[in-house]
Amino acid sequence: MSQETLVWRVVPPILRHSRRAHRMIERSFYVNKLSWMIVVSGFFEPLFYLFSIRIGFGSLVGDIEFAGRSVSYAQFVAPALMASSAMNGAVYDSTMNVYFKLRHARLYDGVLATPMSSKDVAVGEIGWALTRGTLYSIVFLGCLIALGLTDSWTVVLAVPACLLLGAAFASVGMAATTYMRSWEDFDWVQTIVLPLFLFSATFYPLSSYGVWGWVVQISPLYHGVALVRAACLGIATWGIAVHVAYLAALTVVGLTIAARRVDTLLCK
Amino acid sequence: MGQQYRVAVLPIVSARGLTKKFDDFEAVRGIDFEIARGEAFGFLGPNGAGKSSTMRMIGCVSPVTSGTLRLFDLDPATSGKEIRARMGVVPQQDNLDSELTVFDNLVVYGRYFDIPRAECKSRARELLDFVQLSDRADSRVEPLSGGMKRRLTIARSLINQPELLLLDEPTTGLDPQARHILWDRLYRLKQQGVTLVLTTHYMDEAEQLCDRLVVMDGGRIVAEGSPRELIAQHSTREVLELRFPAGTNAERARSVTDLGERHEILPDRILVYADDGESVLHEVHARGLSPESALVRRSTLEDVFLRLTGRSLVD
Repeated sequence: MSQETLVWRVVPPILRHSRRAHRMIERSFYVNKLSWMIVVSGFFEPLFYLFSIRIGFGSLVGDIEFAGRSVSYAQFVAPALMASSAMNGAVYDSTMNVYFKLRHARLYDGVLATPMSSKDVAVGEIGWALTRGTLYSIVFLGCLIALGLTDSWTVVLAVPACLLLGAAFASVGMAATTYMRSWEDFDWVQTIVLPLFLFSATFYPLSSYGVWGWVVQISPLYHGVALVRAACLGIATWGIAVHVAYLAALTVVGLTIAARRVDTLLCK
Repeated sequence: MGQQYRVAVLPIVSARGLTKKFDDFEAVRGIDFEIARGEAFGFLGPNGAGKSSTMRMIGCVSPVTSGTLRLFDLDPATSGKEIRARMGVVPQQDNLDSELTVFDNLVVYGRYFDIPRAECKSRARELLDFVQLSDRADSRVEPLSGGMKRRLTIARSLINQPELLLLDEPTTGLDPQARHILWDRLYRLKQQGVTLVLTTHYMDEAEQLCDRLVVMDGGRIVAEGSPRELIAQHSTREVLELRFPAGTNAERARSVTDLGERHEILPDRILVYADDGESVLHEVHARGLSPESALVRRSTLEDVFLRLTGRSLVD
């Protein structure tokens, strides 16, 4: 067996069958080649976030005990904000943006008349959400370091952690979007995203949730926050493998459903 | 039979018992047709006849329910990508990329076919020239007129230099001038050897563009031939159109039923089919009938359709 086929065998089928997905990402580059505002806005968002916690929380809330050591509250919350920002970006790109192209602009109808497949569309659109997300994460990382909110070299792993978190949210978001019938349905997105943001061990540790801890652990954002926090604080535990597996599984399931639904909607 | 010969006569598209069902609605009910390379082939029929469903199956974006369909001797179910790579599609509703400029619409579309970027750009320039949109290259798509969007969609469908071009109602909704520009471009493509397959509910479009066509009604093919053959087979050479004062059509019709070969009573006029329309009109006047207006014209595909289905093409 050649090395190439060996590699493809361990890749989920959805990725194995979308060899032209990068064309969809290329399209997004063409669309955004003049929109520098997007990059600029991506820079200010983390800066505002982090200033607010440095100035506000940082002075009001003292150090807290986390993973057997004492960390400042700002150090505790900053990784959670980085993860939440990755979630928000992925959700926006995979829901509103995709819905517009799917139902209004009828973009994908045109794409599917070429050798491109519905799998290429799904993987490519999520790929673009991640490309943009990674850019933001790098900027966020730079701000974290500049503001002295991290002291471990492992902080660079926060970027791939956000990438994985973004992949999970973008995949599930796109799958959900294929079921939406009108713009009103997007109210549900906020209804889900806001509690996730507030209750995913973002602002206080899992132990504070007491007997409700198991509910928190269902949240994909919880796993993303845990990963980014581990990277920022230099914590290595077996729990990381669980977080990675959970998010990877969500990504594959979401992607597969999204591609199948695009096919059902447009190739009937 | 030699292999060479077989290849030479192989149709570019062939269908046997082609059927499309949506839940319990049967849009296409077992149709047979063959399209030869270089031909301009039309599906003529009213809305809901099954034309678009057939086109989507040919375009390999809609799975065949039953029957067989072959394009380039390939099966859409297993070789969809290979077939789509050799085909251009102009859909009924323009689906241009509203987030890109006119020029980038063509370049990005070419990239979906894995055409190198430099090649995409040079083809895009040529195609914009071909559809007379070069001066709008940097414009957005939104401000273009309906006819311009249609031409851009045609340019886009040609970016992969297709052997087969599918056009679903290419001129519906366009003004007469825009239609004529479009027909001219399509005619040039045909001269270059591109096989054209189009649907239309305009008989003049079918007559202008099609070498051969099938008339569809209720998911079935009811007639097949060249426009001239169909007219010769299913209609007379000429038609006399008589218009009587509102509400008196049916009553006056009784006095002309014996004239010509046959007649049709429509809500607003009576059609009398005859090889010599003028002599029938003469007879109408001789009988003392005085229609508000009378017109002798050549038979068209519209008459063929009326004859075959008892209904007119455009509702």
